[in-house]
Amino acid sequence: MAKLHDYMETRSFALMVGILLTVMVGGIVQITPLFFIDSTIEEVEGVRPYSPLELAGQDIYVREGCYLCHSQMIRPLRDEIERYGHYSLAAESMYDRPFQWASKRTGPDLARVGGKYTDDWHVFHLTNPRAVVPDSVMPPYAFLNDKKLNAKLIGAHLAAKQAIGEPYTDEMVAQAEADLYTQVDPDSDDIDAFLARYPKAQVRNFDAQPEITEMDALIAYLQIIGTMVDFDEYQANINDNAR
Amino acid sequence: MPINPTIIKRANGAILPIGIICVLGFIWAVLVASRGVDPVIKPHAYMYIFAFALAIFALVYGIMQNKFVYNPYEYDDGVIKAGVIATIFWGIAGMTVGVLIAFQLAYPQIMDATGLSWLNFGRLRPLHTSGVIFGFGGNALIATSFYTVQRTCRTRLAGGMWPWFVFWGWQLVLVIAGTGYLMGITHGQEYAEPEWYVDIWITIVWVAYLAVFMMTLAKRKEKHIYVSNWFYLSFIVTIAMLHIVNNVALPVDWLGAKSYSLAAGVQNAMTQWWYGHNAVGFFLTTGFLGMMYYFIPKRAERPVYSYRLSIVHFWTVIFIYIWAGPHHLHYTALPQWTQTLGMVFSVMLWMPSWGGMINGLMTLSGAWDKLRTDPVLRLLAVSVAFYGMATFEGPLMAVRYVNALSHYTDWTIGHVHAGALGWNGMVTFGALYCMVPWLWKKKDLYSLRMVEWHFWLSTIGIIFYITAMWVSGIMQGLMWRAYTDLGFLEYSFIETVKAMHPYYVIRAIGGTLYLLGMFVMAYNAWQTIKGRGDAYSLTEDAPAARKPAVDAIPELALGE
Repeated sequence: MAKLHDYMETRSFALMVGILLTVMVGGIVQITPLFFIDSTIEEVEGVRPYSPLELAGQDIYVREGCYLCHSQMIRPLRDEIERYGHYSLAAESMYDRPFQWASKRTGPDLARVGGKYTDDWHVFHLTNPRAVVPDSVMPPYAFLNDKKLNAKLIGAHLAAKQAIGEPYTDEMVAQAEADLYTQVDPDSDDIDAFLARYPKAQVRNFDAQPEITEMDALIAYLQIIGTMVDFDEYQANINDNAR
Repeated sequence: MPINPTIIKRANGAILPIGIICVLGFIWAVLVASRGVDPVIKPHAYMYIFAFALAIFALVYGIMQNKFVYNPYEYDDGVIKAGVIATIFWGIAGMTVGVLIAFQLAYPQIMDATGLSWLNFGRLRPLHTSGVIFGFGGNALIATSFYTVQRTCRTRLAGGMWPWFVFWGWQLVLVIAGTGYLMGITHGQEYAEPEWYVDIWITIVWVAYLAVFMMTLAKRKEKHIYVSNWFYLSFIVTIAMLHIVNNVALPVDWLGAKSYSLAAGVQNAMTQWWYGHNAVGFFLTTGFLGMMYYFIPKRAERPVYSYRLSIVHFWTVIFIYIWAGPHHLHYTALPQWTQTLGMVFSVMLWMPSWGGMINGLMTLSGAWDKLRTDPVLRLLAVSVAFYGMATFEGPLMAVRYVNALSHYTDWTIGHVHAGALGWNGMVTFGALYCMVPWLWKKKDLYSLRMVEWHFWLSTIGIIFYITAMWVSGIMQGLMWRAYTDLGFLEYSFIETVKAMHPYYVIRAIGGTLYLLGMFVMAYNAWQTIKGRGDAYSLTEDAPAARKPAVDAIPELALGE
């Protein structure tokens, strides 16, 4: 060993290669199998790619750094399941780029926040958190009410995710901008076609303003989080869902 | 001193490739500014245009004025001096933002008062973390590695202008990334927040850094590569690997800001924490161990305690560290075997970590008395003690059952700051206090009393910080899982938030003390550079009576 080390520490290139080989092992063992083993690539019924408006909302969620204070990962611990709901499945984040599990809960976990509060509650709370929850330490997001959503690029966003391998169809990509408008218009004629593409998507004027704002997109995203899988139907122990 | 024309060298080799890189960057930025459809990226396009135009102008001007000449028999210290100043600048900037967001958590009404999106916690937090890790830490690592590799290899930095390219390239990374966070441009993965077009620039700068470091090692005049350089090299190589793999992403538009990672969900989480934990492991640990292995022996004037221990703990620390990432994902949807591997390796990591601590502290054997008289050596020694503390706490928190309590709470924040403020901060302070008089060729620092002040301000600041976070973290973790006699959850979430308030105030005060220490250091360094107080010049107009012994500056002479 002493000889080997003498060799390494008198040759800079050998030292560099030695270091690189040493540090590669852990990543190869821990990361590569995750792309192939069943428990991490399982598909669970109900989980679908985000609708254009939901995706725009998720991008705003990332932009504002919500993940720095809110996790989306309910651990299978008694108190978490009672506080937040069914523990999170791997499949529920399979279309999250990046993943939103997060590492700090300055605010509560949001993995099952969809449907928990009304749209109005979200508008009030995001606009002025302390008016709704006096002890909250959350930043105010009133500016989302005034920012019109830039919908022009949404087709390109879907196309990029399609290119990476998410099951967006060409039709979904082509219809992206129209679908975005449909989701905030309960009177639209295209709702059935839209819902066929994005089952369980909620079609509402989320912030009750005539224009499509960033507030609409963010709330559309918040309201879909954790609602795609029907946990009345989901059976963890059947073979298809064996984890 | 004018350079002797017979030994003068021209840095021509570096100018052409640097010029090409700048021109290509300039063209891309002009395309984004003129053709891009994404309004979000435009300010960055203008910044890139400005930066690259400035660089091209500097290159042309330098060639015309014959500026790119150097004496190959002298150390390249100019870029290190710049690095020292940049380290202090980014340290103050990053820590100021840290103090601001600490006060935002204690008094969120601060954010209500402005209502500005870019002053919200979510935008500022990445600015704080990147500012201190990559601005303060990154500049400290680049500067000290350039200092150490030259002295221990007895040769000038390789690459002519390339070290300056690394320095200015890194500053551009920091400016673009930092302003991006304020504008909401983020990739959304902690400590890897820069978007794809910054990631590519980071890769270019980092490869140049690796090349400069390797080429300097290759032309060394010592047979053996000194232990500091093993650590610096492992830091540079591994960060390159981590950065590239973790940031593989597809841009929505090649002229726009947004990109999506190739990996999603579980795979993305594992890759991110493989990166994230080893940003700690290699950026904040092995890089800084390289610093420790040079500056502690140098300042204490004692040899490294054990050569054998340094070999054993070097190879074990780099092998084991890389496995520890999954402890960030206990009880998540990551498979249990991966979590278990992460936990086991994290616990094993305790030993090589303490190997480094023991080797650093025991180097003081025979020089312990200097801790009383030399506050600089004390900063270095206490930093190693904090390293030992944080690397004991880490394995503890990586145990799954402990993690069930600690994860998602402030305990993690406290743990990180024990390492960052105690270990990385203090070892950097020590190295800077060593380097400033050495680089600017002064007898001593302007004021050792001010170093004492800095030492105590930071030590007390850290103690406020980490004790507040221990209490708030463990308390909140226990409150989340508390049940009433009837079997209901005892506290609503917001009740646990309310309980945090006093500890958030204490933490903010601790951070403020630490930041004050930074200002004390900046003033002391500035006065030293100006040659005030004890910092009179060793090269010119030193009073003959006070002229010190030559060995007060290490290795003025180069090999050969």
